[in-house]
Amino acid sequence: MNIFAAIRVALTALRVNALRSALAMLGVIIGVSAVIVMVSVTEGASKAIEEQIASFGANLLIIRPGSSAFGGRRGGAGTATFMNDADVAAIGNEIDGITAVSGEMSGNTTFVAEGVNWSTRIQGVHSEYFETRDWFPSSGRSFYPEEVNSGARVILIGQTLARELFGASDPVGQIVRVGTTPMEIIGVMSAKGESSWGQDQDDVALAPITTVRDRILGYDLGVRDPVFTIYAEIDASANADLVTADIEDLMRIRRNIQPGADDDFSVNNLGEFIRARNETESQLGVLLAAAAGISLLVGGIGIMNIMLVSTTERTREIGLRLAVGAKRADIRNQFLIESVVLCFTGGLAGLLIGIGGAAYIESLDQFPIEIQPSVALIAIGASAFVGIFFGFYPAHRASRLDPIEALRFE
Amino acid sequence: MTASLIHCRDLTRVYKMGENEVHALRGVSVDIRRGEYVAIMGPSGSGKSTFMNMIGALDRPTSGTLEIDGERLEAMKPDELAAFRGKRVGFVFQQFNLLPRTPALENAALPLVYSGISAAERKRRAETRLRQVGLGERMDHHPSQLSGGQQQRVAIARALVNDPAILLADEPTGALDSQTSEEILQIFGQLNRDGMTIILVTHEQEVAEHAKRQIVFRDGEIVEDRT
Repeated sequence: MNIFAAIRVALTALRVNALRSALAMLGVIIGVSAVIVMVSVTEGASKAIEEQIASFGANLLIIRPGSSAFGGRRGGAGTATFMNDADVAAIGNEIDGITAVSGEMSGNTTFVAEGVNWSTRIQGVHSEYFETRDWFPSSGRSFYPEEVNSGARVILIGQTLARELFGASDPVGQIVRVGTTPMEIIGVMSAKGESSWGQDQDDVALAPITTVRDRILGYDLGVRDPVFTIYAEIDASANADLVTADIEDLMRIRRNIQPGADDDFSVNNLGEFIRARNETESQLGVLLAAAAGISLLVGGIGIMNIMLVSTTERTREIGLRLAVGAKRADIRNQFLIESVVLCFTGGLAGLLIGIGGAAYIESLDQFPIEIQPSVALIAIGASAFVGIFFGFYPAHRASRLDPIEALRFE
Repeated sequence: MTASLIHCRDLTRVYKMGENEVHALRGVSVDIRRGEYVAIMGPSGSGKSTFMNMIGALDRPTSGTLEIDGERLEAMKPDELAAFRGKRVGFVFQQFNLLPRTPALENAALPLVYSGISAAERKRRAETRLRQVGLGERMDHHPSQLSGGQQQRVAIARALVNDPAILLADEPTGALDSQTSEEILQIFGQLNRDGMTIILVTHEQEVAEHAKRQIVFRDGEIVEDRT
């Protein structure tokens, strides 16, 4: 008997017992749909996290003074000094595997344009800042290295600031008074949205660090050309740990830290954060796989149970089929195919219900979902496997029946 | 033409029931020629069912030789026996044994499914046989929509669909009233006149009268063989 005839026989048998077939499938349907909903929701959540991290800059090193030296702080107050432009240049010139580096200092000030005023943060940065944060103007341009060197009075504003000061009209080319300094708006930054801790990342202005230092904030920090923070972007092909270590060595030399003494600065690698995230994700993946395995196991046991009932109930039918020339393999294949068709149909129904459920959860908002085709394939493949695995024993048992006893079965 | 269709010598069949051995057949030797109409008779436990299972290739002898239609059955493996049954033997049972909720046509075509016949050919042959037993108008009826006699006719069409060498009927009228039984026996009579070899197991003398030869079993042996 060929496979198509066998499938036809199996389908007929399942149709004859439609209600029982549907009930037998239920376990697999619930298992597969639950798995798909769960996976879609977690995939969606992890994608959202990924996007937030990407908005911060994925290959970013953040270098700050002082923060890791609280425990072993020596010398007088104020000796945990700020870094400066020379440190930024040194990192850029002497460290391999850095694609962009920028200092940053910031403070609050008042912006006035067209009679409207708005108070918010201004960041003074070097020209490579945009690459380090992977954040660029959506209109206009960013500033050139020469504009940083000369302390040009040019400024880029975030989307929120643009809206507050100019409403719907185009701010590029307009003049804004920053504190007391009139500056030309050369671009509007692309929207970044809220940070994961709820801060509006678009309520900000960016200007050359020299201009901000000299004309706007005017801090006296006891250091020439100070910067609060240095951002360095690591080349994607470089070893982040190695680059971090190189920067630490360089900074210890530049800051005259004796061997054995603690650092009075910190180099933080966002990659570590991402690694931690990946670890969490893979643990979540293991949990999900376990949940999927258990639900398919339960579904499979349901299938096995139904197939055992079915083969027992149809003992006479099996006897008849054997009497009219069915070989053992024909009987085994018939019940195996029935169980695979049950599981496969259940898996398909579960897939549709799962996708529907995931779409419903998405429509509730708040929950971004992500349906991956591979998940659907795995769910279907796994349900077919369950059909074969749990269908084999009942099918094998049926195929070993003695035709005489089977025909006599009451 | 004296060559036997069924040729058996010293057939024995021993069942092991725990410690005990049950001798269901104790050395049966018989020849049945092509075209014969034989009734197998005897009380229950006489060995007639065991003998029928044997010549239906459902069971193998413990010892002895069994040759049917030129093939030796005693050494065949289960799947070889299945193939033999599918080609050479047509069964008719007391309880009809039709597949429920399945049309008469599909029921009649069932044996062909296992001998690799195409769907169109299966349909054609099953239709021919259903018409032969007078059910040409009810091919799409399910067993539950048919009377007992009609169900048994579907079963006869199913037994004939493979053009078997032997038609084996085990108490074919046992579940039918006397008038319907008569109709079924007439079908057997006609089939035999057309050349079909029929072996009919029954315990009813008046049913056995329809056959041309009667073989009586008692205690695992043939005690009477009259024509």
